[in-house]
Amino acid sequence: MKIHEYQAKQLFSKYNIPTPQGEVGTDPHKVAEIAVGLGLPVAVKAQIHAGGRGKGGGVKLARTEEEALSAATSILGMTLVTKQTGPEGRLVKTVLVEKGVAIKKELYLSIIPDRETASVTIVASQDGGMDIEEVAEKHPERIIKVPINPLIGIQGYHLRQVMFGLELDSALMKPFSRILRNLYTLFVDYDCSMLEINPLIITEEDEVIALDAKVEIDSNALYRHADIKEMHDPNEDDPAEAEAAKFNLNYINLDGNVGNMVNGAGLAMATMDIIKQAGAEPANFLDVGGGADAEMVENGFRIILADSKVKAILVNIFGGILRCDVLAQGVVQAAAKVDLQIPVVVRMEGTNVEEGRRILAESGMSLINAADLSDAAAKIAEVVT
Amino acid sequence: MSIFVNSKTRVLVQGITGREGQFHTRQCAEYGTSIVAGVTPGKGGQKMDSIPVFNTVAEARKATGANASMILVPPPFAADAILEATDAGMEMIVCITEGIPVMDMLRIKNYLAARSTRLIGPNCPGIITPGECKIGIMPGPIHKPGGPVGVVSRSGTLTYEVVHQLSQVGLGQTTCIGIGGDPVNGTGFLDCLKAFNEDQATEAVVMVGEIGGNAEEQAAAWIAENMRKPVVGFIAGLTAPPGRRMGHAGAIVSGGQGTAEAKIKAMESGGIHVCKDLGSLGKLCKEVFS
Repeated sequence: MKIHEYQAKQLFSKYNIPTPQGEVGTDPHKVAEIAVGLGLPVAVKAQIHAGGRGKGGGVKLARTEEEALSAATSILGMTLVTKQTGPEGRLVKTVLVEKGVAIKKELYLSIIPDRETASVTIVASQDGGMDIEEVAEKHPERIIKVPINPLIGIQGYHLRQVMFGLELDSALMKPFSRILRNLYTLFVDYDCSMLEINPLIITEEDEVIALDAKVEIDSNALYRHADIKEMHDPNEDDPAEAEAAKFNLNYINLDGNVGNMVNGAGLAMATMDIIKQAGAEPANFLDVGGGADAEMVENGFRIILADSKVKAILVNIFGGILRCDVLAQGVVQAAAKVDLQIPVVVRMEGTNVEEGRRILAESGMSLINAADLSDAAAKIAEVVT
Repeated sequence: MSIFVNSKTRVLVQGITGREGQFHTRQCAEYGTSIVAGVTPGKGGQKMDSIPVFNTVAEARKATGANASMILVPPPFAADAILEATDAGMEMIVCITEGIPVMDMLRIKNYLAARSTRLIGPNCPGIITPGECKIGIMPGPIHKPGGPVGVVSRSGTLTYEVVHQLSQVGLGQTTCIGIGGDPVNGTGFLDCLKAFNEDQATEAVVMVGEIGGNAEEQAAAWIAENMRKPVVGFIAGLTAPPGRRMGHAGAIVSGGQGTAEAKIKAMESGGIHVCKDLGSLGKLCKEVFS
């Protein structure tokens, strides 16, 4: 789960990690007031769950009260498009106003769980403020990676590897060590799946401050972080995906025209691939899961059909725990309730498949039966092209 | 012959009295798996069908000689269950549970590194040696005993699809393992490939991967150097958009890493026969393996 920059900075405060003085606002006049209160100049920063805000015009510097007002007026209510939002962009409803700081040096710092080494890994670079993926590609030697065994936790030598790697002045080592330790503790305490500060700055006064803050929490761990759950911002959700989540359906909206409903994530991905190979484009990813029942199938249909781009639907079920007869009943029941105007190709295999096929055949519905995967792909391509 | 489990494997089930626990215990027992005990804290002394239930894994192991555990407990309790089974000396743990926090798995992975216990999963369908032992939630009847194909996969139903096609074309399986869809898991592709390479009954291997991480690339590099048996591979997620988790916690392309294209390329250069059309995987195996 992603949280906003200002929320991440609230967590930072809790762990004594310095951030610029700041406050959030949702109204331009209030923003101007905050700016004056903090002392000018200030930075006005759009709060959305995507990076690249600066380039998209979502971060502005204001030297006067008037500039703060005009910055807030232009950012609040704008649809901010960045390379991470997609072309549709994101509506900005909140800005973070922060007191300006005099930057001497910009660093990059992040912490991630590394699947390969099964460690909590600190990634740091002297090239702060830049796109770190680009740095990694062009100057891999400028990236420091320090893996930490979570059973041991962060040790002095981990800190030294990071700090000497960053060529920090010795006077900065004490405050930097404290910050890095606290960040590691926050990361572990809060089950973070990503913590990134870009840039982490050294000010003219030799203070270390997190100018930005990006934190993601492992969704599977939310049961033990009630405070994070409360930070959820429904404005950031895709409406169809949020609707699907209510019914325990795993749905991702895509750009194509063939809706599909599958049990199991791997098979769902493979089904999307098959649709593409047949010359059509998948409109979604939808995993109804192993324990799907008739009601879930019905909700799945409803969510797929809400997407006006969808011209046909492919149902691909490999019956294991979810039996084919149950699935077939679900399809029949759903078709009776939702108005199915488009062709539906059904491919079923596995537990009770004969019974399932019989139910579909006797339903009097104009479903297109597919004998196997190749047949399903061919039939779906035929109806949409 | 087979790898990791066979007719001598004695299984206990952690979470045996829960709804899922009861259902899948019965399915495994019906398949012929030797289920010797169950564990549910507080229900020690009871029975599930005729299977004795104990309060702790240590107690159950001592009383019944169980050497493998199947875990079907909810995610908040799963890490604890894996560690309990490890410390009780179980040789094999199969964790079906989906949704265990990554931080829990990082700790478990490091804890297991110095121990001989093998963990399969989590977030997996389990392991089956057809005709001998099924520890997991996969439908038994789609499998065909007797080999000669070993199957290893990150997926659940996609594995069933693959196994079904193999059986349809007359290719039986030695052992099928679902290693799970989480970013951090126990047994990986490499462990399974090494074991299949040494298993006399296994003559060929099917490996099913998906986007995210680089386990497939590592496996492909190992296969190129060491594998003495033909391997057919499949990768799901060619059409998956970057930055989105495709159902499985581990199935995500991030920062240009973990794409299906990169995996397919690595597999092809490792000498793996990559299947591009899932519908014809069985047919391809028949061609390659005969």
